[in-house]
Amino acid sequence: MSKETILEVRNLSKNFGGVKAVSEVSFQLKRGEALGVMGPNGCGKSTLINLITGFIKPSSGQVFYQGKDITGIAPHKAVNLGIARSFQMAKPFYNIPVYKNLIIPLFSPRVRKLVGGKFGDRDEAAIHLLEDVGFERDSSIPYKAAGSLPHGYVKRLELARCLSLEPDLIILDELFSGMSMSEVASILPFLERLRDEGKTLIMVEHRLKELFRVVDKVVVLNFGKKIAEGLPEEVVQNEEVRKSYLGSEVDSSA
Amino acid sequence: MSAKVGYRKERLDRGIKARTDDIFAISTYREILYLILPRVFVIAGLLIFPLLGDFTGVYWQNVIVITCTIALLALSWDLLHSVGLVSLGQAVFFGVGAYITGFLAQQFGLPPLVTIPLATVFGALVCTMLLYPVLRLRGVYFGLITFALPLLFMRIIETTKVLGGTEGMSGLPALPSIAISLYIIITITLVCVFGFQRLFETDYGLVLKAIKDNDRSVIAAGFNISWFKAQAVFIAALPATFAGAFLTHHYQFVGIPAFATDYSILPLASAIVGGPGSFFGAMLGAFLLVPLSELLRDLGTLRIVIYSVILLIFVVGLPEGLYPYLRRKYFQFERVVSMELEEGGK
Repeated sequence: MSKETILEVRNLSKNFGGVKAVSEVSFQLKRGEALGVMGPNGCGKSTLINLITGFIKPSSGQVFYQGKDITGIAPHKAVNLGIARSFQMAKPFYNIPVYKNLIIPLFSPRVRKLVGGKFGDRDEAAIHLLEDVGFERDSSIPYKAAGSLPHGYVKRLELARCLSLEPDLIILDELFSGMSMSEVASILPFLERLRDEGKTLIMVEHRLKELFRVVDKVVVLNFGKKIAEGLPEEVVQNEEVRKSYLGSEVDSSA
Repeated sequence: MSAKVGYRKERLDRGIKARTDDIFAISTYREILYLILPRVFVIAGLLIFPLLGDFTGVYWQNVIVITCTIALLALSWDLLHSVGLVSLGQAVFFGVGAYITGFLAQQFGLPPLVTIPLATVFGALVCTMLLYPVLRLRGVYFGLITFALPLLFMRIIETTKVLGGTEGMSGLPALPSIAISLYIIITITLVCVFGFQRLFETDYGLVLKAIKDNDRSVIAAGFNISWFKAQAVFIAALPATFAGAFLTHHYQFVGIPAFATDYSILPLASAIVGGPGSFFGAMLGAFLLVPLSELLRDLGTLRIVIYSVILLIFVVGLPEGLYPYLRRKYFQFERVVSMELEEGGK
């Protein structure tokens, strides 16, 4: 099965004043692949995601999605083309019940076009999605205001929000940040299943051990530049990558 | 560990609330009555009021007209607030509606039946276009712009002497009678309250509400939020421009006072005192504050002092707002329970 390229990033750069947050980054992603983006704090991972999804306009370079140039696209248009993203600082709609948080993406132009549906149908779809990402069946949590959710559930809700958009490409920006070991452990199988189902994934992550269980290949950034790309086990042997992480947990995790 | 005993308030939902909130089952006529009686009471009260003209007198009929005007402006404020836009210049909607009506009536001699709807819709459009460029501003920044707009209009009219300048436009056609006026504005107010409440229960309204909580996530759900905010401004402008258009014909006059700060502050105070976010609260606030201010009129200059103190008491004592407070009392028991405090506990 020959796979088409779903996303291509060409020499993408972003300068904030004199700082090169992202500098000449290029990579390709084929449909069904899972890509990890890693690097030390402040290396431009989140900026790269924001550039791809249109939340920040690039200074130079191009982004191609399904063969179309989407450089500097309006973020809501990127979503409606099928690029769903989560936020590092996930914030639910606090004053709205948990399941209704999902009504909003389910009401989006993209989902309405793909699935249709009338008022009320969406409630059921929302509850199903919550069960998919690990909310207990028949609990009262989905009906409570999202402001009262514990952090781990907020992240699950964020994931459910991405999935509700029926995306072709899912970009998860530090989904695991702030989650406990057990919370991560319980959500990992779900991500692996997503990958096995052939969903295209980009994961920005600090927790490499967990990241490597999901992704097929990784891109490593440092000071905004791509310093390595390849299979996870190859990349961690790379001298420059090791140096950028100051020889931290990389050894033990691979 | 020595345990101290403290007291706290415990709140319990009445059975009716649990049943109607979660499982949507109402079993008896009593429960149905419990739910609809407050609404029936308000609607009936407002609809009967104009019939009591001999009893209440024209003065209080006029007070209710003004009250409804402020209520409409407060509803408009509340809708904007629900989308995360804090307006400090409701007068701009009011004034634009008022001046368009005045202009149409004076220049083309159109009757109120034509000018009011035209001014409502067209005025809302004008206001939406005026505010469209600043919709990306949030909080205080948006508030400041809206605060400046009515003042700007005032000065423009004053210096360029357009639209009657400082004299304004007078001798405009009147509405047939005070009773008809009352019925029109009361009906519109009720339609707006219940209509807005219903609107915010739909999926569309949910998106509007979500923009206030977290606009980035709404973008990430595929919505063009500038466009949604513009729609919200248009919807919110409708009752306010209507109020301006209506009052112009009621007074048979339009002038610079249409942009007065009163029309910005009173609606805001009403919505805050009543409890923002529920629409009914905004209306309740107006029905409390405007008649109250009239009752205090006999006190002369002291009026403002007493009025301010009452406002302060409400804002400090009931920060959640009057309507949410009453609603909670209506649907929940409250009782004091004792509890053991751990060492160092409060």
